[in-house]
Amino acid sequence: MKLLSQDRPGGPLISAILVLLLIGLALAPFLFPGTRALDTAARICVFVVLVASYDLLLGYAGIVSFAHTMFFGFGAYGVALTSEHMGRSFAALGIGTLSGALAAALLALAIGLFSLRVRAIFFAMITLAVASAVAVLVSQMSALTGGEDGLNFQIPRALTAAQKYADFKLFGVTLNGKLLNYYLVFSCATVLFLVLLRIVNSPFGRVLLAIRENEFRAEAIGYRVVWFRTGATVLSAVAAALAGSLYAIWLRYVGPSTVLSFEIMIDILLMVVIGGMGTMYGAVVGAVIFILAQNYLQGLMGLAEGALQGLPLLPQLLDPDRWLLWLGVLFILSVYFFPTGIVGRLRRR
Amino acid sequence: MSDVLLATEGLTVRFGGHVAVDRVTCGFRQGELTALVGPNGAGKTTYFNLISGQIRASAGRVMLKGRDLTGLSVARRTHAGIGRAFQLTNLFPNLTVRENIRLVIQSKRGLGHDLWSVAAAHAEVAEAADRVLERVRLTAIADQTVTELSHGNQRKLEVALLVALDPLVYMFDEPTAGMSVDEAPVVLDLIAGLKAETGKCILLVEHKMDVIRTLADRIVVLHNGALAADGPPAEVMASEVVQEAYMGKALADV
Ligand SMILES: Nc1ncnc2c1ncn2[C@@H]1O[C@H](COP(=O)(O)OP(=O)(O)O)[C@@H](O)[C@H]1O
Ligand SMILES: [Mg+2]
Repeated sequence: MKLLSQDRPGGPLISAILVLLLIGLALAPFLFPGTRALDTAARICVFVVLVASYDLLLGYAGIVSFAHTMFFGFGAYGVALTSEHMGRSFAALGIGTLSGALAAALLALAIGLFSLRVRAIFFAMITLAVASAVAVLVSQMSALTGGEDGLNFQIPRALTAAQKYADFKLFGVTLNGKLLNYYLVFSCATVLFLVLLRIVNSPFGRVLLAIRENEFRAEAIGYRVVWFRTGATVLSAVAAALAGSLYAIWLRYVGPSTVLSFEIMIDILLMVVIGGMGTMYGAVVGAVIFILAQNYLQGLMGLAEGALQGLPLLPQLLDPDRWLLWLGVLFILSVYFFPTGIVGRLRRR
Repeated sequence: MSDVLLATEGLTVRFGGHVAVDRVTCGFRQGELTALVGPNGAGKTTYFNLISGQIRASAGRVMLKGRDLTGLSVARRTHAGIGRAFQLTNLFPNLTVRENIRLVIQSKRGLGHDLWSVAAAHAEVAEAADRVLERVRLTAIADQTVTELSHGNQRKLEVALLVALDPLVYMFDEPTAGMSVDEAPVVLDLIAGLKAETGKCILLVEHKMDVIRTLADRIVVLHNGALAADGPPAEVMASEVVQEAYMGKALADV
């Protein structure tokens, strides 16, 4: 309970689901063989942190930001750029991660102080403008960033499949650098999630809730709202950047479409809403459901289409190309039946 | 008058051409309960807003223990010792009663910036919150959210937040407005209790004359934003200007 900062998921069902997800991710290489499955598990780990950090902002502080993928991108490009210029090494990864996080913190501070004084809606607009400007810059400065093609870079051999750690297989899994890389991502994501959980349950986190509920009264009982909002923005930006660094290390690639695009921003929003705003655990549930749907819905629909061959209309509806439509339907249904998100719903006594 | 705690000097605010508070110069002492009266729209709430900082003055100063607060933000004035309960209930609606009070105590103790401890584990905050709950008789409903409370209990919580803050200057803006006859005494007893404590400077906006008569040491009358009368209750209630401006109607209501 100490690890969870006295914030239980609430309810036996949601606790059981979360424990299962944790076990599933912790043993993913052994439970779900194949590179595709491992890739999905790693993506889930990264997005849990990314979505949780967005929940800190949206669900706890009540701030709408469109710059979250930009901060995610800072961390990712930080690692890519240092690895490219310093050569493959752990030092490059470390320095890249730190400089990405620092850049994210400074820009978040600047945006926060500049715009949160005025009104929360102004902040949303500023983040949109800054994020678009950064996306344009990244695609224009192709000499540095690789433009739209992005950057492929090398990470230390110890983290790649080329490095074998044992001659035998453990439960059918080769003990190589790729496995180590997965566990690096998994453990860093777990620690970051627990840190975020700790922050939202700290006295600071309580103040964020107060500000979300009634900023006028929060100020009147002595909290300087601008500073708390800016603090939340900086913390969430740093966490997003760290998630971005992990993602880059896992993919060994960065590009606008994988870390900066507006589509990812929308995905994050959907994951927060599906999982449950202001719950932290919702980030886990939301990310798992969304990424699984994204990766496997198409395949499942292909199977269903095949099985229903010969029936009227149904096969056309289940055409794998329509997977996005079904994702949309899934989203609408989840918002309709669980307006407070899945965790919010399961939490209610 | 060395024991003046809070003073306003020529305090004025204009909204467009309308002067809502007009050069009000007035001092408030420790241990004194001042009733602020005047017809609706006289500027009582606006005067409070100027003191606690929600509205910036067009002219004049707000002084607390000789320190000029005029340029400070609301939060800074709160930490300086100005406390405020609102005429329109102004709470954290989706949090529990206990959480509302804890937030105030946490602020008072300067814990808000603590990112790393677990808020729920602060025993001293919990104990202080329990004492406030006890005092305002909200213990039984401490774990209900504000939205679940009756209007009367919301008013009580509004007052409880100020009690939890324990400021140097207490400002109550029609604390019993809309409360039922059996609920109001809880709040009034509470204010009487605060008055009995040493050193509390209390400003109370209240319409009920019987309440003012029993609680107030002094009455200040605002009329059209300006100070119309100031003195002991008996004297002010008897004065002609007050009879005309306000009391006649109010006394007739009693
Ligand atoms: N923010 C504001 N903008 C414009 N006029 C205001 C504002 N606040 C108060 N007023 C005006 O100032 C006058 C005093 O209002 P108020 O202080 O609420 O009176 P009271 O509390 O004595 O009933 C009223 O005429 C009101 O309409
Ligand atoms: Mg008023």
